[in-house]
Amino acid sequence: MSLVTHQEQAAPILSGPSDLREFPDWFRDQQHAAWQQFEALPTPTRKDQPWRFSNVALLDLAPFKISPPLSEDDRKNILKYSRGLDHYAARMIFANDQLIERDVVSEDLKRRGVIFQPLERAMVGHADLFGKYFMSTEATLGSAKFAALHKALVSSGTFLFVPRGLEIKEPIEIFHWLRHDNMSIFPHLLLVTDELAKVTVIEHFRSCDQRAAGFACGVNDLIAGPGAKVNYVCAQNWAENVIALQMNSTTVDHDASALSLNLHLGGKYSRFESLSQLIGEGGRSDLLAVAVAKHQQEFDARTLQDHASPHTASDLLYKNALDDRARTIFGGLIRVEPHAHFTDAYQKVRNLLLSDDAEANSMPGLEILADNVRCTHGATSGQIDEDELFYLRTRGIPVPVAQRLVVTGFLDEVIQRLDHPAIGNHLHRLIEEKFATK
Amino acid sequence: MNELNIENLHIAVGGQEIVRGLTLRVPRGEVHALMRPNGSGKSTLAKVLAGHPDYQVIAGKVLMDGENLLELEPDERARRGLFMAFQYPSEIPGVTIANFLRAALQSRVPEGEELEATDYYAKLYEKMELLGMDRSFTSRAVNEGFSGGEKKRAEILQLAMLEPKYAVLDETDSGLDIDALKTVAHGVNSLRGPDLGILLITHYQRLLNYIVPDHVHVMVGGRIVRSGRKELALELEERGYDWAREGAVEPVYTR
Repeated sequence: MSLVTHQEQAAPILSGPSDLREFPDWFRDQQHAAWQQFEALPTPTRKDQPWRFSNVALLDLAPFKISPPLSEDDRKNILKYSRGLDHYAARMIFANDQLIERDVVSEDLKRRGVIFQPLERAMVGHADLFGKYFMSTEATLGSAKFAALHKALVSSGTFLFVPRGLEIKEPIEIFHWLRHDNMSIFPHLLLVTDELAKVTVIEHFRSCDQRAAGFACGVNDLIAGPGAKVNYVCAQNWAENVIALQMNSTTVDHDASALSLNLHLGGKYSRFESLSQLIGEGGRSDLLAVAVAKHQQEFDARTLQDHASPHTASDLLYKNALDDRARTIFGGLIRVEPHAHFTDAYQKVRNLLLSDDAEANSMPGLEILADNVRCTHGATSGQIDEDELFYLRTRGIPVPVAQRLVVTGFLDEVIQRLDHPAIGNHLHRLIEEKFATK
Repeated sequence: MNELNIENLHIAVGGQEIVRGLTLRVPRGEVHALMRPNGSGKSTLAKVLAGHPDYQVIAGKVLMDGENLLELEPDERARRGLFMAFQYPSEIPGVTIANFLRAALQSRVPEGEELEATDYYAKLYEKMELLGMDRSFTSRAVNEGFSGGEKKRAEILQLAMLEPKYAVLDETDSGLDIDALKTVAHGVNSLRGPDLGILLITHYQRLLNYIVPDHVHVMVGGRIVRSGRKELALELEERGYDWAREGAVEPVYTR
């Protein structure tokens, strides 16, 4: 299939949901309602606080289309390039929101109740469970309009349920590819863990063509049941012409812990909204992110650490390395609700500026309504330490390599927090590759 | 020609002349000690030899095997065979010893060639054993949270791995207890040989009990006032820097 044919067959996303896919009626109704909501909600402007400093002009959706079915060749090639971790428990590969391959979980895990299915199957086979959690948290960090768009146009994705007390040892891997120019995707992950379950999921976001434009509007919802332990990793490596929005909501029940580590490398404009809700005593959420911004890339992060229960902890660590004329934005709030006493909440943002023209904007915030709370927050920006650079040079290391070492060292603190060497190495490799390309 | 040749070197820091006409030759294969009173000139000479941009050379030359060192960038100096063990080595957060040394060795192989990983690790572990360092050290960030002794050992480990032609050890004994001093000295002694010239900068005679130099020079007021065989260090210890100053060919003014 040639590119022209593919483009011609594609419908613009602004024409709304099509009824081509086979969904249950309730889901289709939901999509049409969401579309109306999308149309009714105003387009964000920079004057809106959640979009302060953002280059909202880049959010023109007119060029983007819904992809017709991919060719056999495309599917084969994508499968070939879908390499991430050496060991995984199961995986799904999507390209232009079409399921290319599914390596199911082992018979043993299946027998013990693990559900790992594409969205369109889960909504039929596990309608109650799916319906209970699917987009159950409102997008409150600015992207309500885009959450509505996602809900209206989502056509596939991953549903993962881990039952009580079960631990999936190896990570679950999910790939989302963008293929062809100006295509759009709506990646979705719904991860539900029951009491005391443990799981690690990694999502890879990649482009087939490094020059192609595209639009990705994704949602990941992580639900950590009582005492559960959820690790989520996002390795975002879109082509530099892609506009990407990712909306995350993490809900942590009592004595549960959730850790999400988001690596942002690609995209022209990449926005990441992360809402962490601590709804039960003893819950803990770690919010980690690393961005490497070059050229004229813009990374826009908005977060809320919402402590709704006493004795909860959250710890945010975001690190950005910025070169050329790149920009980053961080807007984050810690909110401790009136009865959420004995809360520990931390928020730390570090920007490393590698160029005089790069711009890092930070807006940390606190809203504390409870007593006996330990909270710290802070954002700093700095340049590479000249003494460190000099020391490396006296060992024979040329300046560009020395700079790269210092930057990867700076970012490593975040990756170490995941404490998963295989995933850590993979993320480091992606960072190295980004530095290696001009 | 196979020598590190410092000729009439004058160095200023913040407009003040710290080194005033230093002349010193360290042939490859020899160990020279440069002794000076505590607090005089701090690490000025070491920093200048390494190429630190904050120090200004007013006059003089430094030649390494006949090549003008002062014209070279710090990393070029290192790749051509100069090594500096610093008194206060920098901490590099997040960069492991293993990755750091690998990058340093990689910078010495021709472009397009890859350092052989198995050989590299074999050599690294061998040198670490020599210095009594645990293998877990390789995954620690360079100098971060290291004790004084660990930092000095890590410097000598780098010296052992990078195999330079000339090594300048700046106050390598400072802050070391006697056991750590012995270990470090053992490491340095094991690297002695016809291919390496060593300049030890120190203000204590103590180090020279363990690394016995071929020649000793005494620097006061930014220049050398006495030179001699290893016995000079003992004599200096006994009679003090004032005695050394009196022996100078021309008057020396200290600040």
